[in-house]
Amino acid sequence: MELPIYLDNNATTPMDPRVLEAMIPYFTQKFGNAASRNHSFGWVAEEAVDYSREQVAKLIGADPKEIIFTSGATEGDNLGIKGVYEMYASKGNHIITCTIEHKAVIDTCKHIEKMGGEVTYLEPGPDGMIDLAELEAAIKPTTILISIMYANNEIGTVNPMAEISKIARKHGVLVMSDATQAVGKIPVDVNKDGIDIMAFTGHKMYGPKGVGALYVRRKNPRVKVTAQMDGGGHERGMRSGTLNVPGIVGFGKACEICMQDMEKDMVHTRALRDRLEAGLLQIEESYLNGHKENRLPHVANISFKHVEGEGLLMGINKDIALSSGSACTSASLEPSYVLKGLGLGDDLAHSSLRFGLSRFTTAEQVDHAVKLVTHTVNRLREMSPLWEMFKEGIDLDKIEWAHH
Amino acid sequence: MAYSEKLLDHYNNPLNVGTLDKASKSVGTGLVGAPECGDVMRLQIEVDETTGIIKDAKFKTFGCGSAIASSSVATEWLKGKSIDQAMAIDNMAIVEELALPPVKIHCSVLAEDAIKSAINDYRVKNGMPALELEEKIVH
Repeated sequence: MELPIYLDNNATTPMDPRVLEAMIPYFTQKFGNAASRNHSFGWVAEEAVDYSREQVAKLIGADPKEIIFTSGATEGDNLGIKGVYEMYASKGNHIITCTIEHKAVIDTCKHIEKMGGEVTYLEPGPDGMIDLAELEAAIKPTTILISIMYANNEIGTVNPMAEISKIARKHGVLVMSDATQAVGKIPVDVNKDGIDIMAFTGHKMYGPKGVGALYVRRKNPRVKVTAQMDGGGHERGMRSGTLNVPGIVGFGKACEICMQDMEKDMVHTRALRDRLEAGLLQIEESYLNGHKENRLPHVANISFKHVEGEGLLMGINKDIALSSGSACTSASLEPSYVLKGLGLGDDLAHSSLRFGLSRFTTAEQVDHAVKLVTHTVNRLREMSPLWEMFKEGIDLDKIEWAHH
Repeated sequence: MAYSEKLLDHYNNPLNVGTLDKASKSVGTGLVGAPECGDVMRLQIEVDETTGIIKDAKFKTFGCGSAIASSSVATEWLKGKSIDQAMAIDNMAIVEELALPPVKIHCSVLAEDAIKSAINDYRVKNGMPALELEEKIVH
């Protein structure tokens, strides 16, 4: 077995070799600018972009004209939220989102607040799901947008987008979704889900980095966003800038493969995820974070009580690439705001590991991960004063800690 | 972030992990940090009553690799020192020894605090007044 093993696929995925193959001609031979109208180099590039637009649209049940290519999901989130805020200023200035959204949404909303907008941050339930009654109660006459992520990047919980959009429609409010982790991994259909604006990116679905898309609905209702990047008027004026043709070609190919292999990939990652979980949850005082059923098939977030996540990673990361919800640096002693947002105690929030599997993950890799994590958790517990106190039956909540 | 060989060695093979009898008069215990900050360090010293020399030191730490390695170094340095010598251990010496990156300096501060807290526990147990400790604010 080759080491190290990559199990951090929510951060980024390796590119599928089929994607790379599709991209290569567009660097050196078919290098034209898709906006060049007067020669074949431009036409070839434009044709490739059009074809990719179809591949991307098809994956999410959209019309190709509704796809705006971006540099990634962060740009998509910015364009979607700021673009709606500016375009619909005459209707209102209130946006509803959630506390465990990705920073690209949270920080964009904070920016909106600085510009005079009003934002409601809904608190999710302990499993990471949005409460629909709370969502509806938060809608006001000035609400212009509800922005809720399709699936959470840390815990994988999937939100009921169709039900969210039903409520939004009733009140005439637009629905946006940061679907970065969901698109390509689970069936996403903008019409069935009633989504008006949706951001996603290539590199989370075995495509290249630096290219993504914003879906913007064209009918029922026709949605418009003001451009955040001015220039040559590319992408129907909503996103100027020369198109990243090789990236777009790769993104399109990645979408096509995801669509064609989705069922297979889901069965594969779910089986391995379950195998991983069955192994790790045998460890005493280990807890699964997020929703047990409504979640992405390839994600598991598990806390190992009385062991610190970053310390745990140091024992593992020579062999296995993983990410932790804990951040033990002087700049930020705060553990993951997502886990805290679920109402998890500090003990669990500081003790979590996030596992993200992929279509390339093998059973052998998963078994090695279970073995190594189990060994490291046990080793660190042997030197954890909290574990010793827990074993002696001491209530850790009753101790007066010297806060630093 | 790349860590030094020494740090990784202390993390992988920590010295002096364990527990001394905290009820014993010759043992001083310091418990510093808090679970919500992501690090808790318990450091113990056992003092030879006749010579006043620290004859054993043990730790248990919940925290990142740098916190574990800092505890390991601190306990190793304590053994064979007098209380006064132990009081003089500075966190920056640990930073140097392990080549701690700036974001991990607080781990060394925690170790220094743990040493002082253990010494004070020993002093109070043995009828001496606790020493006033100056706050090192790094967090």
